[in-house]
Amino acid sequence: MSQRITRVAGPAAQACDMASSFMGEVVKLGAMGLIGEVIRIEGDIATIQVYEDTTGLMPGDPVERSGEEFSVELGPGLLGSIFDGVQRPLQALASGWGNFISRGAQIPRLDRSAKWEFQPKVTLGQMVNGGAELGHVRETELINHKIMVPHGVSGEVAKVFAGARTIAQPVAELADGTPLYMRQKWNIRKPRPVGKRLPSTRPLVTGQRVIDSLFPIALGGAGIIPGGFGSGKTVLEQTIAKHSEARIIVYIGCGERGNEMADTLEQLRELSDPATGRPLMERTILIANTSNMPVAAREASIYTGVTIAEYYRDMGYDVVALADSSSRWAEALREISSRMEEIPGEEGYPTYLAGRLGAFYERAGKVAVAGRPEESGSLTIIGAVSPPGGDFSEPVTQASLRMASTFWGLDSQLAYQRHFPAINWRTSFSLTHRAMSRWFTENVGEKWPEMIAKTQAILQREEELEEIAQIVGADSMEERERSALEAGRIIREGYLRQSAVHPVDVCCPLPRQLKTLETILGFIAAMDAAVGRGALLEDIITSPLVERLLRLKEAPPEGLDSLIESLREEYKTFFDSLEEK
Amino acid sequence: MSRSIVTEYQTVDAVKGPLIFVRGIKGVSYGEMATIVTGPERSMLGQVIEISDKFAALQVFGPTRGISPATAVVRFHGEPIEMSLSPLILGRMFRGDGAPMDGAPPLIPAHRRDVSGSAINPVQRELPRDFMMTGVSAIDGLNTLARGQKLPIFSGAGLPSNELANLIINNAGLANQGLAGQGLAGQGLAGQTGKFALVFAGMGITGREADYFYNSFHQSGAIEHSVVFMNLAGDPVIERFITPRLALTAAEYLAFDLDYHVLVVLTDMTNYCNALREISSAREEIPGRRGYPGYMYTDLAGLYERAGRIRGKPGSITQLPILTMPDDDITHPIADLTGYITEGQIVLDRDLNRKGVFPPINALPSLSRLMDHAIGAKSTREDHRQLADQLYMLYARGVEQRRVASIIGEEGLTEEDRGYVRFADRFEKDFIHQGESRRDMEQTLAAGWALLEGIEDRDLVRVSRDMINKYRPQRGDDELDKDKQA
Ligand SMILES: Nc1ncnc2c1ncn2[C@@H]1O[C@H](COP(=O)(O)OP(=O)(O)O)[C@@H](O)[C@H]1O
Ligand SMILES: [Mg+2]
Repeated sequence: MSQRITRVAGPAAQACDMASSFMGEVVKLGAMGLIGEVIRIEGDIATIQVYEDTTGLMPGDPVERSGEEFSVELGPGLLGSIFDGVQRPLQALASGWGNFISRGAQIPRLDRSAKWEFQPKVTLGQMVNGGAELGHVRETELINHKIMVPHGVSGEVAKVFAGARTIAQPVAELADGTPLYMRQKWNIRKPRPVGKRLPSTRPLVTGQRVIDSLFPIALGGAGIIPGGFGSGKTVLEQTIAKHSEARIIVYIGCGERGNEMADTLEQLRELSDPATGRPLMERTILIANTSNMPVAAREASIYTGVTIAEYYRDMGYDVVALADSSSRWAEALREISSRMEEIPGEEGYPTYLAGRLGAFYERAGKVAVAGRPEESGSLTIIGAVSPPGGDFSEPVTQASLRMASTFWGLDSQLAYQRHFPAINWRTSFSLTHRAMSRWFTENVGEKWPEMIAKTQAILQREEELEEIAQIVGADSMEERERSALEAGRIIREGYLRQSAVHPVDVCCPLPRQLKTLETILGFIAAMDAAVGRGALLEDIITSPLVERLLRLKEAPPEGLDSLIESLREEYKTFFDSLEEK
Repeated sequence: MSRSIVTEYQTVDAVKGPLIFVRGIKGVSYGEMATIVTGPERSMLGQVIEISDKFAALQVFGPTRGISPATAVVRFHGEPIEMSLSPLILGRMFRGDGAPMDGAPPLIPAHRRDVSGSAINPVQRELPRDFMMTGVSAIDGLNTLARGQKLPIFSGAGLPSNELANLIINNAGLANQGLAGQGLAGQGLAGQTGKFALVFAGMGITGREADYFYNSFHQSGAIEHSVVFMNLAGDPVIERFITPRLALTAAEYLAFDLDYHVLVVLTDMTNYCNALREISSAREEIPGRRGYPGYMYTDLAGLYERAGRIRGKPGSITQLPILTMPDDDITHPIADLTGYITEGQIVLDRDLNRKGVFPPINALPSLSRLMDHAIGAKSTREDHRQLADQLYMLYARGVEQRRVASIIGEEGLTEEDRGYVRFADRFEKDFIHQGESRRDMEQTLAAGWALLEGIEDRDLVRVSRDMINKYRPQRGDDELDKDKQA
């Protein structure tokens, strides 16, 4: 007897005579050789999650076992590429197979013919273990790619081959004859080993004011962005991909729109790294498994992405993996689970949903890298969550919430008002904010924590007063109270709101955040004092100074300092003049 | 995969809702099509949705009521559902299952294509950037449509979504005939020229609705460059599962083989989703929210993602799906999942409709995600984005104050807040409302700027000084005129 298909239902298939298979084994199905992975074995029947459209498969079709675990290929050539959920290079797929995704395409994941200039670091006779650095190649102008000894391999270096090599040629050989290549494989569902987990005390600077100032995320943290459709999840993920101070970005488009992936790719090719002028795509890897691509490959996509991200973390880089959207991953999991006729948990999701989500976010962290304890790297994971009906009480949001160290809750009402990023400052949080406060004091300014506390207090006060205004009417409020409402408005409009399309406003570096906020808080304090002394709020808010203050964020960086200087002087004079009235 | 011999079975085991189960089959594949013969001259189509070495489950695109396991014959075709295509498809009308309903003979196929389509490789997608004029201010001005975009209309029972769709269809057609669609800067015209075709898929719509569209296509002459698929309310529910797939396969052929700019109208997606629910419950699947299957997102994405443009191809597919939100509830799974997939949404509003505003588009929850790509100095005008943002800000505030006023009474508002309420009133009356008339881009932008007349500078933070000076009507001038007259 031989392995044959016995059943096909959507993305799941079953095959017989599979008792000697193992969980996670890669198999090929039917005449087309569709790729699948074994996800359950009962007796001699295996259930297979099929990574391609199963139309046309039939009972009796052959199943070919590979004897290998489902894994990704790691090595130079990853950066700048765009892959599907199971790491098929989409560019090569398009060149060979045309405009539409085709099935059964047998295609190497990394280019076998490209040559890389290998610069060895190891010397002959040196003992090496898994994780040791053999040398590096310049993968892109922006990034050196460290070639590391695969985990589980060790020995004495007997040969080293410097110079132009392909990934199919060894770059070194151990005394026992084991060849070492620039590529290695890793099972996507297994976290890559780390030396030691390190505490994270530094933020990932994103250039987004509301994030960096109020809800910063730590390098190595796990953040989630839940929000209904149109609330700005994707734009936020894209903005972080473009402007955050990460060294490597892995952007995972998981079950979302095709046009968004095309857009992300185009923008990252066009935008350049401010320091070097090189295209940002040179530090980026895209994984695109859009909503209409096979659902099982969508399930795999986040693991493919995060494994690649870990690999660059192991080189010692600060890596950010962005997943849009983790909910689509969960839905894929649910669909496969239901085809396997598993007992469903909440809302039809399998009972292991929370466990899987937890294991995924646990792969974030700041670590001493395995095999090179003196070096550290970090992996920050930021996942968008798409709750049905925008209702955060659903299982995926709730399970993610328990894992996240940073929570940026998007609010549809803010989005309707076109207040972006629509991060709700009342519900969002950063659990690591305190741990990072020292970094902020040392790197942004002594007064920073105090300024942030003040900002939060203003927003808090505004909220309380707004509630009152809704009962008694703003008209019957004290001048001081109305001034506090105005202060809230200035913070929201002039500071929190940030346009992803405005050429200047799109990214606000930390030093600029400090200056802007200082100026705004200074104005608010002066306004409050003036009203306290009896000045009329009306006289203040109708002054053109307010408008200029609100537009400060859009001023070009050249001449910003003198602009701020003159603004401060003018409002000082202005408030003094109110005094005299 | 495809065989020359058709395999026939008389082993129907069970009939359950829209599903039948066939036993003892061999050589039948997943997704394959079958004809179920239930009597002399009576047959319908079905598709394999699960297959094992013991049985095949088929979803049947017709009424299963008369099917008897004793007599039914199932003939498997050996291939998935395919349709015939040729350039002569333009001007034709079909039933929801693809049979001609215009009395003309079936198409002589130049091509046959699998109706489920394949995903466009994301790297081959060309981002929609060409502004597509609709003549509707709430869309052109605030939620601009791009050629190749999928932009649904979220409607409610009794709201004029068909009238709005019709307006858009007519304007899209007009642009093709060179009568309209002058992009202001001239160069934006690329998207306005070229060949235009309309593909219309009616799913479970009433005879009255069908007549409305039919007459209007005839009057405007659109019928000559359209392909129509009609599954009416009385037609088999499960047939609705294929109707949009036929329509989109025709659209892909027209757009990517024949270089047409295709506008696809899919109405009513709510009926489509209900058909999905029926299939799912017959399969005894674990229902997701409100009984809809957990895979509805993926299923809908398989339709909506068939909009777009492809690198190096002049054609495009723009989708205008229409759906009815049960109870006007935007969080209902049909609207919710659609909004998660499409590139924005145009939301109709019952209150505005009651006030006589046409089209009754609620700007706040409406969105076009591709707007920024399609507008600006090179295609519409430099001030477009800023103006839209400004109108949004003031309108949102007006609506908020209106809500507050409804609790505490108008008197409780400050004079300033009352100003916002007045703005919201004017915005709905003078900008959103336009009756049956159409506005070109210039008129839309002018209507927007006119609303900003008399707004305090401190509220004009989303438009730059330069733009204000350049585009806002000078109140001074008017007043001077009045003074002179006086
Ligand atoms: N920071 C921002 N600045 C300007 N516009 C934004 C911003 N964030 C979101 N938007 C607007 O909101 C729309 C929807 O955002 P998107 O990220 O696609 O939402 P989601 O992914 O949550 O559905 C965008 O097309 C854009 O018009
Ligand atoms: Mg999104």
